Amino acid sequence: MQKFTVLTGLAAPLDRANVDTDQLIPKQFLKRVEREGFGQYLFYNWRFKPDGSPDLGFVLNQPRYQGATILLAGENFGSGSSREHAPWALLDYGFRVVVAPSFADIFRNNASKIGLLLVEMDGQLMREWLQRAQANEGYRITVDLARQEMLGSDGFACVFKIDPFHKRRLLEGLDDIGLTLERQAEIKAYEESHQEPWQAVAHGLTPRE
Amino acid sequence: MSTLLDKIWRSHLVRSQAGQPDLLYADRHLVHEVTSPQAFAGLRAAGRQVRRTDLTYAVVDHIVPTDNRAEPLADAVADAQLKALRANCAEFGVALLDTTDPRQGVIHVCMPELGLILPGQTVFCGDSHTATHGAFGALAFGVGTSEVEHLLATQTLPQDRPRTMAVRVGGALGPGVSAKDLILAIIGRLGVAGGTGHVIEYLGKAVTALSMEGRMTMCNMSVECGAKAGMVAPDETTISWLRGRPYAPQGGDFERAAAWWRTLPSDPGSRYDREVSLDATAIGPQVTWGTNPGQVAEITGAAPDPAGLAGEQERASALRALDYMALKPGVPFRDVAVDCVFIGSCTNGRLEDLRAAAAVVGARKVSPGVRALVVPGSGQVKAQAEAEGLDRVFKEAGFEWRLPGCSMCLAMNPDVLEAGERCASTSNRNFEDRQGRGGRTHLVSPASAAAAAVTGRLSDPRQLI
Ligand code: SF4
Repeated sequence: MQKFTVLTGLAAPLDRANVDTDQLIPKQFLKRVEREGFGQYLFYNWRFKPDGSPDLGFVLNQPRYQGATILLAGENFGSGSSREHAPWALLDYGFRVVVAPSFADIFRNNASKIGLLLVEMDGQLMREWLQRAQANEGYRITVDLARQEMLGSDGFACVFKIDPFHKRRLLEGLDDIGLTLERQAEIKAYEESHQEPWQAVAHGLTPRE
Repeated sequence: MSTLLDKIWRSHLVRSQAGQPDLLYADRHLVHEVTSPQAFAGLRAAGRQVRRTDLTYAVVDHIVPTDNRAEPLADAVADAQLKALRANCAEFGVALLDTTDPRQGVIHVCMPELGLILPGQTVFCGDSHTATHGAFGALAFGVGTSEVEHLLATQTLPQDRPRTMAVRVGGALGPGVSAKDLILAIIGRLGVAGGTGHVIEYLGKAVTALSMEGRMTMCNMSVECGAKAGMVAPDETTISWLRGRPYAPQGGDFERAAAWWRTLPSDPGSRYDREVSLDATAIGPQVTWGTNPGQVAEITGAAPDPAGLAGEQERASALRALDYMALKPGVPFRDVAVDCVFIGSCTNGRLEDLRAAAAVVGARKVSPGVRALVVPGSGQVKAQAEAEGLDRVFKEAGFEWRLPGCSMCLAMNPDVLEAGERCASTSNRNFEDRQGRGGRTHLVSPASAAAAAVTGRLSDPRQLI
């Protein structure tokens, strides 16, 4: 997994609640079997008109937000489906951090597996950040994970909370599968002590008479 | 005192260490074509195997056309995804219900009907509607592709323990009111993020009175209020539904398993982090008016006036939603004409759902100009419905009778709404563009969908039965 330590970058405000995964990455792009290249489809139906031309009214299409790496968002961000293509698309587009008052559970899990930092920000403070990013062109924020701190280019700052284990995983870029495979013996012991005859379907799903 | 969730969690702990997520064992890992290719590629790149091919089952459902399955599929990218699943399952030894298998269907319909999902199990799948399987008193939730890879490689999942919520539903649902209406009303009450971080246990008379199909419909949509999972404790309804299913335990094993299942319900007096109560008797048929499932109202009512809603975010999102849905505040739902009706999906693609819809259709005809689709949830549902003659009721009325798959629930296959088209749909998400770019989705029950098909407008099915 990609590490996350400190990042200073341009912040883009997407001031909407309940941004769902169908918006983050519409289903027609889920047929690809690769993991890369989803950035071009991020917010596709908002970024592009039906004829394929960019919709200049959409915030991420504005010249001042090009190259943004920090997304400031509304509550319940990432609701809906389990598609990991949503955080893949955010990361591939260039975002490394999403700041929002709350995130949907599966989206949060998915982001945590690929090194996309989600910062949960109290609603009042969130308003502040959104307003500052809207009011000041070129507004940049430094996100320091070790110190759990956000510092804006105008000096506005705050701390944020994060689960300590998750923080360590991000700082060190730890791979979950690698960590779990160190626990082979425990998994085996569990399997040996839980052998109900109906548990396994050993013959695959060949039809039973 | 332990809840159902406590009991399942405890019995699946491979490892628990303070300061780290618990490591849970997976009894069932279900796999489909959309969220698995990158996970298999990850395994391959790391030289890893699937740890338990006997606990891992795959099916192709999202992208399959429901009219013509001749290969190559007309959509070349979808065709490649289908072939990737086939190749991955063959390479890693995973059982696959392929397009030609009579048991194929939407993953959350066909796996339970085979008896593969049992009370007390943990069930994971790269799909948010995995919550469906909580209907059996299993702990079931959706995961992302990295977690799919983790499950394939280790048969375990690191997870923080969720909070618990009890949703108690007293009273009884009236005629023409279904589990779908009940869960929509619950989501309306809790809001689309009201369940975040929680596993919901549904309790109370109106819940235990539901069939397994109804319980699946309810648990399925738990994720639409943000909950991690929904569950209903196993009881005699569960046990008799499972008896005799091909992959359920057989003979003496079944009785032994059932004896254990009966110990699973939450102990009386168990405590939950949050409790909510509702009266089913007060609930009528529901319809969503907005672009998330929490934007819902009684079908006898009207589109709301955003000005009357509490909270700035709520108002802004209602305004946006009504604009997208092309609904004027205050317009009665019965005046809203539909272009399309979709009956199917993992929420409402089961036999009971098709029966409820057919009962409303009766000898009526689909309203002129309305395109109406029935997509059975699985091959078995389709066969049973045909044996009962339901297909004839639908076809004679002017519905299209399709092959099983996800179809217009998310429109990844060729079943898509045109921009501006309005659809009464028995599926689970009314997000913008979900059923096709610019398409407008009203979530309803199967009976209400059938009522919309024959009247050409959003309609209260109780007036037709
Ligand atoms: S029917 Fe719809 S919700 Fe269910 S698995 Fe298929 S696409 Fe997902």
